Amino acid sequence: MQLVQRRPLPPQLSRVRAGGLLPLLAILAVLLVLVAVRQPDFLAPASLMSFLGRSAPIILLAAGQYFVIVSGEFDLSVGSLVTAQVVVAARLIDSDPSRTWPVVLVLLAGGVLVGLVNGLITTRLRVPSFITTLGMFLILVGAVYLWSDGAPKGGLSEEFRRFGRRAFEDVPVLGRIPYALVVLLVLATLAVLLMRSDFGRILVAVGDNARTAALSGARVARTRTIAFMLSGLAAAVAAILIGGYSGVSFQAGAGLEFGAITAVVLGGVALGGGRGSVAGAMLGALTLELLFTLMNFYGVSGALRPTVQGAIILFAVAVSTRRSTSR
Amino acid sequence: MKRHMAATAALLLVSLVGCATDEPVATPSDGASAPPAGAGTGEQSKFFVQADYDNELALLDAAPTGPADKPWEQVLNPKMVDTAKFKKDGPHKICFSNAALNNPWRQVGFKTMQAEVEAQGDRISEFVHVDAEGKDQKQIADINDLLGKSCDALIVSPNTTATLTPAVTAACDAGLPVIVFDRGVDTDCPVTFINPIGGYGFGHVGAEFVSQRMKPGGKVLALRILPGVDVLETRWSAAKVAFDKAQVDVVGVEFTDGDPAKTKKIVNDYIQRHGTIDGVWMDAGAVAVAAVEAFQDAGQPVPPINGEDQLDFLKMWKDEGLTAIAPTYPTYQWRTPIIAALRILDGQQVSDPWKLPQPTITQENLDSYLDPNMPPLHYAMCGCTDLPGYPQRWK
Repeated sequence: MQLVQRRPLPPQLSRVRAGGLLPLLAILAVLLVLVAVRQPDFLAPASLMSFLGRSAPIILLAAGQYFVIVSGEFDLSVGSLVTAQVVVAARLIDSDPSRTWPVVLVLLAGGVLVGLVNGLITTRLRVPSFITTLGMFLILVGAVYLWSDGAPKGGLSEEFRRFGRRAFEDVPVLGRIPYALVVLLVLATLAVLLMRSDFGRILVAVGDNARTAALSGARVARTRTIAFMLSGLAAAVAAILIGGYSGVSFQAGAGLEFGAITAVVLGGVALGGGRGSVAGAMLGALTLELLFTLMNFYGVSGALRPTVQGAIILFAVAVSTRRSTSR
Repeated sequence: MKRHMAATAALLLVSLVGCATDEPVATPSDGASAPPAGAGTGEQSKFFVQADYDNELALLDAAPTGPADKPWEQVLNPKMVDTAKFKKDGPHKICFSNAALNNPWRQVGFKTMQAEVEAQGDRISEFVHVDAEGKDQKQIADINDLLGKSCDALIVSPNTTATLTPAVTAACDAGLPVIVFDRGVDTDCPVTFINPIGGYGFGHVGAEFVSQRMKPGGKVLALRILPGVDVLETRWSAAKVAFDKAQVDVVGVEFTDGDPAKTKKIVNDYIQRHGTIDGVWMDAGAVAVAAVEAFQDAGQPVPPINGEDQLDFLKMWKDEGLTAIAPTYPTYQWRTPIIAALRILDGQQVSDPWKLPQPTITQENLDSYLDPNMPPLHYAMCGCTDLPGYPQRWK
């Protein structure tokens, strides 16, 4: 109890703590140097822009996952939600350009709705979020198979695909700026602003100690439910970008939930909640993607990716556990 | 307490990472036939059988018997077998145990089969279809159930070869004519086994085209769906032989899981790592469009590439003027088992094995296969345009 009282504003404190963004920025800098040594062309504006555009979906998913994790929960359903959204979009659009915008709205609403269901089941029925969202994961996978008879139907219009595939061309200095990167920058700014608002502080307080937060007047259940809805919304935007990038497929979102969670952990956010920043989570995703790119440049097999992700999760949690016990 | 829970959660996460992403791991091969020195493609697949390879390549040039406009009734190197003991008065009840319907190829094929049944409606009183949903155990039970339903003939498309063999043997012992198609079984008790030439032919056609059309000594990227599946391993092993013979530089052999996003990333990575890629070979066409898009998005010309007969690739080939070829594993083979079953029940001779021709789509005949009104995942080589319900049934 005393411990909590001495930390009335966790976000600010976490930013100045040694465990803030500095270690991550150092890793990012080292990776950039290694990339520059191995493949200097990669840092040319054109390929750097395309890298950032490609990484936008996982960075957004990391931001969404951050809201849930910092409030003390998990969201394992985002990967299958992305797959479901891409398959649904293809079927609804059915290659008809005029349906693009209505379907985009349907997807965003659908993402929020899935988040709402996750949140209500977790907070009202008191099912642990690990189980809730694992259940949602399985339900979505099964529903998509059932609805599509095992093979995706329809097709995405070029208008829909441009968000994830096209770019502002002929920009001075940078060459081209992918739409996905613009979407990312806007939403990342909003996410940072949101975490600086009252809602952001309450969210972190809820994750730090739900009981204390409740006693000081925070509506814990509602706050956590909103966190799940934000994660669902992030998944919907990611689905639009991924569907645009690569077209319709049953593998569109496979494994993304673990990518997002790894990124969040790498970004210095404590599993269990209450510590870490959304900027850290997004930088964590960027660092992870850069690490995979570097592995590619050094000819390391892509099959090692899950191993690397697993090692990062274990390492990061071990470090944070040590840090919190030695405090 | 909370830290403890977080650590437990992390452990669970790590264990889940392994099962959910399902990355393929390269299968170690025995290197039964050592590749020539200097070959850049590594050891030969353990699935490679020289005699089968030689046989399939010979079949590519063989002249089929049967009506030229109906390749699904044609046979390569026929070996006729007597079926008089199965002769029976119609109309017949035909039963079909299907491995799965879980990909567009099987969907198109099954619709074609249903249409063939409809076309033969006056001779078939009932058509029973059971979907095993890709599970061996379910298919074994399905076949067992069908044996108690007084079928006049049983068609089986086995999920896996070895596991389904005892079930098929049991069906043969029950005395009704059994017809196996697509994937095989390890017994010759079925009346006939129907399939096209096969994987070696497919892989060879694509690899030969790519290595001939690209600049000499150029860099080839080989994209495979996943390791360890016989039909796909044979495709790659034949391509490997062709590439080694042509002495092209195979800079990478990667697994895509059939995922377009992963394919695009892999191709993009190779373009960045090597500057240019001069040829792309694929063991299946599902992600060919994604590979082409990766070159377009990188602002590079698309090198010689092979796909398959899916319409999204054919359309892109035509629209973008690609240097491309499409070997096929034709879906029209789903018509043949129905035709074979009726012939067997008439007591007519059929060929065992029934090897179907395996046409290749080239620049010259592209237009005759490209129907812009069909959906992007439709397979052009369905042989279904003369069947009832075309085109609506396949949309």
